[in-house]
Amino acid sequence: MKHDLIVSTENISVQTKRKINWGRLAPYIFISPWIIGFLLFTLGPLLFSLFISFFDWPIVGEKTFVGFSNYATMFTDDPLFWHSLWVTVKFAMLFVPLNIIISLFLAILLNKKLKASSLFRTFFYVPSVISGVALAMIWGWVYNGEYGILNYFLSLAGIEGPDWLNNQRWALLAMVIASLWGQGTMMLIFLAGLKNIPKDLYEAAEIDGAGKVYCFFKITLPLLTPTLLFNLITTIISAFQQLTLALVLTGGGPLGSTYFYAMYVYENAFKYFKMGYSSANAWIMFLIVLFLTMLVFKSSSVWVYYENEVKNSK
Amino acid sequence: MKSKRLIRSGTLYIVLVFLSLLFLAPFFWMVTTALKSPDELYMFPPKWFPSSWQFENFGKAWNSQPFNTFLMNSVIVTFLTTLGQIVSSTLIAYGFARFKFKGRDFLFMVLLATMMIPWEVTMIPQYMEFNYFGWINTLKPLIVPAWFGAPFYIFLLRQFIMSIPKELDEAARMDGANSFQIYYRIHLPLMWPIIVLIGVFNFLSSWNDYLGPLIFLNDQSKYTLTLGLAQFNGMYDVNMEGIMAVTFLISLPPLILFFFAQKYIVNGVSSTGFK
Repeated sequence: MKHDLIVSTENISVQTKRKINWGRLAPYIFISPWIIGFLLFTLGPLLFSLFISFFDWPIVGEKTFVGFSNYATMFTDDPLFWHSLWVTVKFAMLFVPLNIIISLFLAILLNKKLKASSLFRTFFYVPSVISGVALAMIWGWVYNGEYGILNYFLSLAGIEGPDWLNNQRWALLAMVIASLWGQGTMMLIFLAGLKNIPKDLYEAAEIDGAGKVYCFFKITLPLLTPTLLFNLITTIISAFQQLTLALVLTGGGPLGSTYFYAMYVYENAFKYFKMGYSSANAWIMFLIVLFLTMLVFKSSSVWVYYENEVKNSK
Repeated sequence: MKSKRLIRSGTLYIVLVFLSLLFLAPFFWMVTTALKSPDELYMFPPKWFPSSWQFENFGKAWNSQPFNTFLMNSVIVTFLTTLGQIVSSTLIAYGFARFKFKGRDFLFMVLLATMMIPWEVTMIPQYMEFNYFGWINTLKPLIVPAWFGAPFYIFLLRQFIMSIPKELDEAARMDGANSFQIYYRIHLPLMWPIIVLIGVFNFLSSWNDYLGPLIFLNDQSKYTLTLGLAQFNGMYDVNMEGIMAVTFLISLPPLILFFFAQKYIVNGVSSTGFK
């Protein structure tokens, strides 16, 4: 018996050796599609984009190294850069807070104990499944100055509505409203966050005689801040990439009032074929988004409340 | 006390119904326009319902352009990207969730960080890359990247796998199953609620994608539905009823899918937790 065992250890050690090698390799095999895709479609393009941003790089013809001149031109000699950046910032300043407030408001309504709340949830979410061109088509017709349904409703209230998409003052706001229509996912995320708040906190507060408003600001909002952080960052990122609506509906007009930064980048690349310059544009946008995200993250230590913090402080 | 509660829930219902009408009005406007005859289209105040329902609008608009070809392309792209995302993202998520290996946490951080990269930055080099491969004006640039996983889906799946008890893996390993068999036999069947979720998400984003097709496709024969619709809208002699009819038809598959998969979307978003 003992003899048997000794003989077979050699076998076992050979086997385990093989197994260890396989075991070490296995996870890399599983994640290899991501690694390959990351190198091929993300990191590679990212570095290449940075590289050609230092070149005058037409799609055909001579490529010349120009140093930082693309960046310098952008900041000092291209009014469209500042203009499109300003349009995007204006859009973001409207879209981000409105999106957060409306999604949160809808989520709070849906979180009340009502029999039909899942039906209403469906109604609020359903626009989110048709985004992009179909959404643009529908809203283009809703916004029609003469025959659109929006101006009809406004006329019922005695207001003469503008020709939304052809009016320099209203076109950007029209884009904001149309974009807000399809933001149901954010509402669902808030709703999930609300459902995660322990009910006994409210009960305890009620016993102490706290009112609804007090409960909202002292319980709901603080415990929702992690969800808020996530939603805030995603909204900021998506606001800066806004393009489809403007591309389909206004082409950046009227008078450049919906000429988003993303459109500026897109046109420099695929209309004027200035690949180097356009890459420099894109990198500036990347840095802006990165900066804003960092800012939100850094500030989050002040306003985001984690449950374990509560536990620790007790 | 009782009447107070009744009033409160009554006002809540009124607010919810009003908001629902607000959210649904554009849909109604699309459908009613699609069914109108051209002479009832441009009226103010608008007619709520067409005096005779012009169902032939759908066929007429659809056949005025090669929408069958566009549909075929959209179906191919959507099906292959969704399949690719499910296969690749589940494998990758399993790798991240169930193994300890050097650099895992770092790589996962990188994966999450890539979600922040605006597509504008990678768009130009990708275009050049696909051009180099000879893929421009084919459906490949839209399909192939989907077979390498998407960070958001990987993240959702990984969260889910981490909630599956490790004892299941160990028991299977005792029975002689290897890592792939554990993935295939145990995790894949358990993951299906999240697989449905990412399947739906990917279906929607692929079906609705406009910028990808816009950049990578040139020939009309390669167009997807969104590109076809945008082109249709740009023609000068097209009536609004035709545009709304096609918009309606294109929106139909996402809407139908949503009504069947609604439960998975809501539960999926709730259960994974976005903390």
